[in-house]
Amino acid sequence: MRAATSTRLADADVGAVDTHCPYCALQCGMTLSPAGRASVRVRPRDPSAGGLCQKGWTSAALLGSPARLTTPLVRDGGTLRPASWDEALGLVARRIKEISAERGPDAVAVFGGGGLTNEKAYLLGKFARVALGTSQVDYNGRFCMSSAAAAAHRAFGLDRGLPFPLADLEGADAVLLAGANPAETMPPFLSHLRRAMDAGGLIVVDPRRTPTAERAALHLAPAPGTDLALALGILHAAVAGGRLDHAYVAERTTGFEETWRVAAAWWPERVERVTGVAAADQRRAAAMLSEAASAYVLTARGVEQHATGVDTAGAWINLALALGLPGRRGSGWGCLTGQGNGQGGREHGQKADQLPGYRKIDDPAARAHVARVWGIEPSALPGPGRSAFELLDALGTGGGPSALLVFGSNPAVSAPHSARVADRLAALDLLVVSDIVLSETARMADVVLPITQWAEEDGTLTNLEGRVLLRRRALAPPPGVRTDLEVLHDLAVLLGQPPERFPADPETVFTELRAASEGGPADYSGVTWDRLRAGERLHWPVPRRPEHGQPERDKPGHDKPEHDKPGHPGTPRLFLDRFAHPDGRARFAAVDHKGPAEPPDEEFPLYAITGRVLQHYQSGAQTRRVEELRAAVPEAYVEVHPDTARRAGLSDGAAAAVVGRRGRVVVPVRCVPSMRPDVVFLPFHFPGAQRANLVTNPALDPVSRMPEFKVCAVRLTPAGEREAQ
Amino acid sequence: MTTRVVIAGYGMAGARLAEEIRRRDPAGERVAIVAIGDEPHPPYNRVLLSNVLAGAMSPASVRLQDEGWAAAHGVEVHRGREVVSIDREGRGVTLDDGTRIGYDVLVLATGARAWVPPVEGLTGDDGGLAPGVATFRTLDDCAAITAGTRGGVRVAVLGGGLLGLEAARGLAERGNAVTVVHPRRHLMERQLDDGAGEVLAQVLRGLGVRVLVNSRAARYLPGDGLKLDDGRLVEADLVVVAAGVRPQTAQASAAGLAVDGGVLVDDDLRTNDPLIHAIGDCARHPGTVPGLVQPAWEQAAALAALLTGTRSPYRGTKVVTRLKASGVDLASLGDVHAGPDDPRAEVLWLSEPARGRYAKLVVRDERVAGAIALGVPDAAATITQFYDRGLPVPPDRLALLLGRAMPYGEGGAPGGTDAAALPGTSVVCRCNAVSKNTLVAAWRSGARDLTALASATRATTGCGTCTDTVCGIARWLARADKEDAAGVAHAQ
Repeated sequence: MRAATSTRLADADVGAVDTHCPYCALQCGMTLSPAGRASVRVRPRDPSAGGLCQKGWTSAALLGSPARLTTPLVRDGGTLRPASWDEALGLVARRIKEISAERGPDAVAVFGGGGLTNEKAYLLGKFARVALGTSQVDYNGRFCMSSAAAAAHRAFGLDRGLPFPLADLEGADAVLLAGANPAETMPPFLSHLRRAMDAGGLIVVDPRRTPTAERAALHLAPAPGTDLALALGILHAAVAGGRLDHAYVAERTTGFEETWRVAAAWWPERVERVTGVAAADQRRAAAMLSEAASAYVLTARGVEQHATGVDTAGAWINLALALGLPGRRGSGWGCLTGQGNGQGGREHGQKADQLPGYRKIDDPAARAHVARVWGIEPSALPGPGRSAFELLDALGTGGGPSALLVFGSNPAVSAPHSARVADRLAALDLLVVSDIVLSETARMADVVLPITQWAEEDGTLTNLEGRVLLRRRALAPPPGVRTDLEVLHDLAVLLGQPPERFPADPETVFTELRAASEGGPADYSGVTWDRLRAGERLHWPVPRRPEHGQPERDKPGHDKPEHDKPGHPGTPRLFLDRFAHPDGRARFAAVDHKGPAEPPDEEFPLYAITGRVLQHYQSGAQTRRVEELRAAVPEAYVEVHPDTARRAGLSDGAAAAVVGRRGRVVVPVRCVPSMRPDVVFLPFHFPGAQRANLVTNPALDPVSRMPEFKVCAVRLTPAGEREAQ
Repeated sequence: MTTRVVIAGYGMAGARLAEEIRRRDPAGERVAIVAIGDEPHPPYNRVLLSNVLAGAMSPASVRLQDEGWAAAHGVEVHRGREVVSIDREGRGVTLDDGTRIGYDVLVLATGARAWVPPVEGLTGDDGGLAPGVATFRTLDDCAAITAGTRGGVRVAVLGGGLLGLEAARGLAERGNAVTVVHPRRHLMERQLDDGAGEVLAQVLRGLGVRVLVNSRAARYLPGDGLKLDDGRLVEADLVVVAAGVRPQTAQASAAGLAVDGGVLVDDDLRTNDPLIHAIGDCARHPGTVPGLVQPAWEQAAALAALLTGTRSPYRGTKVVTRLKASGVDLASLGDVHAGPDDPRAEVLWLSEPARGRYAKLVVRDERVAGAIALGVPDAAATITQFYDRGLPVPPDRLALLLGRAMPYGEGGAPGGTDAAALPGTSVVCRCNAVSKNTLVAAWRSGARDLTALASATRATTGCGTCTDTVCGIARWLARADKEDAAGVAHAQ
């Protein structure tokens, strides 16, 4: 299998290759022209559809980075030393067998990532359930998309980040962004909002005056953790202002009455008192959305990463439904996916409660279908396992797993209450990390496996609009490096699986994924790599047989190239005729405001909120090793209102300790006059004592199991000299 | 063992209490609830009645609970009934139809009734309102007012407090000719100082509401209107009485409970009988003022906690008054009457009657002690947050007064900014962190158009929204070069 892969690889080394950026869910198209490993030229593929941000332009720097891992590492007497693949994998397989035999298959756990390709995510889930027989598999997407996904499922019966093509936003006159900061998280996205920005129709909901909020005609800055109340206030203002779309609500939805009972108690003046957002601005937001010919409501992590994340996303969906936006061409609700394959990564089985095709693991029909594709008995499939934080929290405890395999994630930095998570990782009998660099999690591992990165591999990703994209190999990986698929294949074989059950060739894996997803909500069965190579723009569902699931009012149109194509055209716009619930109607959710799980008090009087900076991605494991990005933002900081800093005895640049119930973060102060005086902001891309997640609260949403990353209570003090080291 | 809680009154406080108890005890394992409401409707939200009056909401849409809520949640409701007497010794109440209901704990949530001033002719011989006169307190009142103002009529509103003004504005919006008759020197005298009251009157006049202050009604003449004590006649087909409310405490007094402008309660909302509590408008707690919903709801939550086994004392409510009338944005909180001569307070204010704006801030011990914000919605929202949370105010008080206590920083999108004036270090292309200095350097190195600048610096190659600014900088540099070439010294 590996020999065949290497041959194709050599072919790919010739000339320029069209692929996509390795970072966020926008997956900007880029062309790579390798002239040796150390010099790979990056160009935006289609500047008219958005170019590249600084992360994209510099993405090739990591290909030839000296930080790159090229040999497996094995812990030996407390330090990691180089080892052969045979030794490393042999050790992993032996320890897995021992631990599993001693404590049962659930003693071995798997942690994946939303940056993994569809093929990897799929094979990882299969590896966990079939080769390991464990139910203990989840991924960092739990920290990312799970609240929006659950809210969308509840409202529409189906979750696809944007249920319409991204380019539809270009026609919008009004766009409300709730808890989204795309000017930093996915900068080229803003090119799609130009019309709305020019028309004075951009509304941004964010406690901070972010670069995105600076572009807005209306910036609503609610107190952290009060977004749900704000959404209720705007809904109330819309109804009181006679803006309810009565016909749409009657024909296409259920549950408005019950939702209104809740929203009726949240008149804008009451909401103002809770959120700090002027009642007049709530009314203005309702008017802007309702009066626009084309309006969208979009949410992101700012409203979703809460212990009430599902309900909060649901409250914004309620607003969109009341105004009649979803399921109509030229308007809608959507969620901005974070990680590169945040969408595809949650559809194909690396989630504790799901099987490929976005199937539920506790659905007997889904189990039977997937078991058939995998050639096993349905009864051999484990049931649902622990969600991400619960999994990490249980590691090395009596009842929890004592071995963990990590792929495409750095939970030592990215999980909430990270000191606790680091303790749990340290308590494991076996920690295996597959990564391209020695991440903070890899440093703690017993075995580290060096793998290929994006420009060295083929695979598919599903972007924020549910479109399947082809990632293509532009150059050969360094000697000694394997792909994640090869690692899974090798380990499966060592664990006694038949080799053909875990193919290492990505296109072969995709073919199997198509069969496994067939008939599921996220049906990829009609997608082939040949169609993608030919440039087709395929949004799922794409059933294998064109007569199935073809939406009536969304026949192939301008979204497709003109050449002949026999397959199902895909589904750029969902819900035009009906929503995915059995009755075809969308559901309002009667959600009420509760407030943050850990409100400020006398001891911890400030809210800490967390987020991103433009130059870094996720835990920063990649971007902190790109010199240009590191030079631009070398370390973490805390943004504070100057008055708040002064009262804490701090000035700009001074070392501050941000102290919460679970830990303290030591970072320099950045005085920002636009901050609310009761809020401090921490970027979360940095390690060690600068880890924002040392203070974040692992309170979980009851439905999505999303931790409350976005708000916790802290106090601000000057850092002692010891801490400032 | 379940506790049988009888709630006398099923309005905003009583219904909320039932909901708060059921939130904590969904199956009714600890608390059985019997509620007695004197109105025939399911409970509704009084705060929204001015919307009903203005025609923005239907009566059905202001209901607090669906028709089936009580039954679904095991709450026994006696609708259209009133408690007429309390038997403390026998732990029971008697209703107006003679029914007797025993209790373990009694909660008085009887609210308040509209007060009708002793103006000749307003009431008939039976003590009821005369034809053409309505109070503004209940859903039935709304229906009567709406019926009486169909097609646009002349309305006199008696009382220029919060409720009267909301009614006046709503009725004016519906096309009626409205006059507010207010006996005091200025409107909303409890919540506003003289200056604010005057600006408010002016704003209302601008919205078509006639305002008469210092005016006392002497007599109601059906068909003509209100005769004032100075002899003037306010022509009116309908008189809406909004002269204040009186707490409903008759049964409490008769039962020997301590009453002084409301049934007196402590932090457990307990009366001088340990088995009897009172919440909402009929209760009097030292930490708040009656007549607003927020204290009632907070009291309901605190009492529900106590009755379900988790004591959560009620310490009072900081009251913020918001006038809910379209076209008027008014907030008033705390001590608004302090003047500049107050030695213990910093007082600052700004009056702009021509644009209907008035802002006043009273600061004590570095905290907001009181404020009025009329026509300055941002300030209202911000000051309220400082007040509610007890946050120390910014050193720049004026900024807070103007709603700019959290001023927006510089470094906004540079689009449209004069290229010459842009500081060199300011970031022009945020997607790629390209500063003006970097662009200038690229220009000097030979990148003389947009394409060349983009390829040299990557500016504009992200979202592209900085393109105009980059073009502007290129034009400015080209102009500067030309001027240099022509030997013209150009200004920096």
